[in-house]
Amino acid sequence: MLNRDGGSWIWLVGDESENLIEIRDLKYSRGSRAIFDGLNLEIKRGEVTAIMGPSGTGKTTLLRLITRQLIPQHGAIYIDGVDIATLSQSELYKLRQRFGMLFQNGALLTDLSVFENVAFPLREHTNLSNRLIRHIVLTKLHAVGLRGAAAMMPAELSGGMARRVALARAMVMDPDILLYDEPFVGLDPISMGVIVRLVRQMNDALGITSIVVSHDVEEISTVADRSFLLSGGKVAASGSPEELRTASSDLVRQFMHGMADGPVAFHYQAPSYEEQLLGRDAE
Amino acid sequence: MKRLLREIYGNAVEFVRTFGAFQLFFLRLLRYSPRMLFTRFGVIVRQVYNAGAMSLVIVMVCGLFVGAVLALQAYSNMSRFNAEDWTGVAAAFALVKELGPVMTAILFAGRAGTALTSEIGLMKATDQLSAMEMMAVNPVPRVLVPRFLGGVISMPLLVAIFSAIGMFGAHIVGVELFQVDVGSFWQQIQLHVEPSDVREGIIKSVVFGFVASLIAVWEGYNTVPTAEGVGRATTRTVVITAITILIFDFMITAALI
Repeated sequence: MLNRDGGSWIWLVGDESENLIEIRDLKYSRGSRAIFDGLNLEIKRGEVTAIMGPSGTGKTTLLRLITRQLIPQHGAIYIDGVDIATLSQSELYKLRQRFGMLFQNGALLTDLSVFENVAFPLREHTNLSNRLIRHIVLTKLHAVGLRGAAAMMPAELSGGMARRVALARAMVMDPDILLYDEPFVGLDPISMGVIVRLVRQMNDALGITSIVVSHDVEEISTVADRSFLLSGGKVAASGSPEELRTASSDLVRQFMHGMADGPVAFHYQAPSYEEQLLGRDAE
Repeated sequence: MKRLLREIYGNAVEFVRTFGAFQLFFLRLLRYSPRMLFTRFGVIVRQVYNAGAMSLVIVMVCGLFVGAVLALQAYSNMSRFNAEDWTGVAAAFALVKELGPVMTAILFAGRAGTALTSEIGLMKATDQLSAMEMMAVNPVPRVLVPRFLGGVISMPLLVAIFSAIGMFGAHIVGVELFQVDVGSFWQQIQLHVEPSDVREGIIKSVVFGFVASLIAVWEGYNTVPTAEGVGRATTRTVVITAITILIFDFMITAALI
């Protein structure tokens, strides 16, 4: 809960409702294309929530809206009951200190070593001694199996390693909310298994709330408590992974079972294949 | 006709919006600059190295040949009036007041300005700036201000080096090649180049430092985050800086004459 105390806003713990994040009637478009058209969604405290959907449904955009990297054109996003659109920049930065975000490509700072990347938030926001920072960073790197890579530069890491370093950085401030943007893309099976386990373990051990954007149905189903399937700018279906897997809706079945035919067309809208090959479409 | 008017109106609105955003951006940089100068001095020194020291070779080579060619032109024209001793003065005037600041600023845009734009643009394209925002770290003071200040500090130093090396080039051509008396060469410079001439060069170098660095970081920060976007922003940095420098050069010269 965000309360004003002596002129400045502070975050208070306690009196917590079940929903940590509430999204109400969210509308957001890019140009003439509507990404969200009246989206309503709740993220429950302490759960791992999966946001799924076909490519281009705005999953990453939703994460950027939740963290106010983007501002909704209509509707509101409430975190702990506070409309984040009303926050000043300093209040927003205070809120973001409660977040950890794993970007799709890692987004490591390329001029800093792996160690310094993970230490970066600590150096910026705390006055901890170098010795303590070293302990914390090595602990986090050990958790993702990359303690031995502390001295390496981001350019020397593979895609999977960069993602794991970014995960260590995302959790170094012990956040309340961890957001994962496509954490499983491009990982080898071993790294994927490690990340999948880490998502669950960190959520339970640290008592945090996790939001995972992914279209890897199998992997995300093993760790998510609740899943939302987005389509057409709205929530098409929600429930536990098991409920989604057994749902009767054509869209849900197509997505969960990876079928080519269904409500979501594999082919982007185009003129007739035959006419295009014969050049008749230009006439 | 209606469509044309609508297009002109749209472009005018866009221009005013961009110009306003540019001014606000400049004010944001200025707002954080004093604090960063003291709290991130080490980072700024590194940026002075990146923008200044890394541009030294190109500035020195160009300065040497610009000075040499100025002396060549001056000697060939002055010798018609038996005024060869003025070779050094002509080269010094041109270097200190005009070519030193202008050439250095354009070289700076080509070497350091493009490096700044592409570095910041790539940071944006790879979500590094967004990641900083998400870690509650404002990228303006953390990333942009040190680079901006690095450029601002480097430019007057580079101009001084360009002009000094240029005079060395003029000396080689005037004294060593055309046998102008070395005493006359330097004495004429001492007699006729006034402190106000040097001041003009210093003013220009400081202004050009602000202009070139500001355009470079602005273009980087507003890059369309794609490979093509970074390429376009880098090109725009060179073109816009060169044009702006020449316009400012005219305005400053007109104001100081």
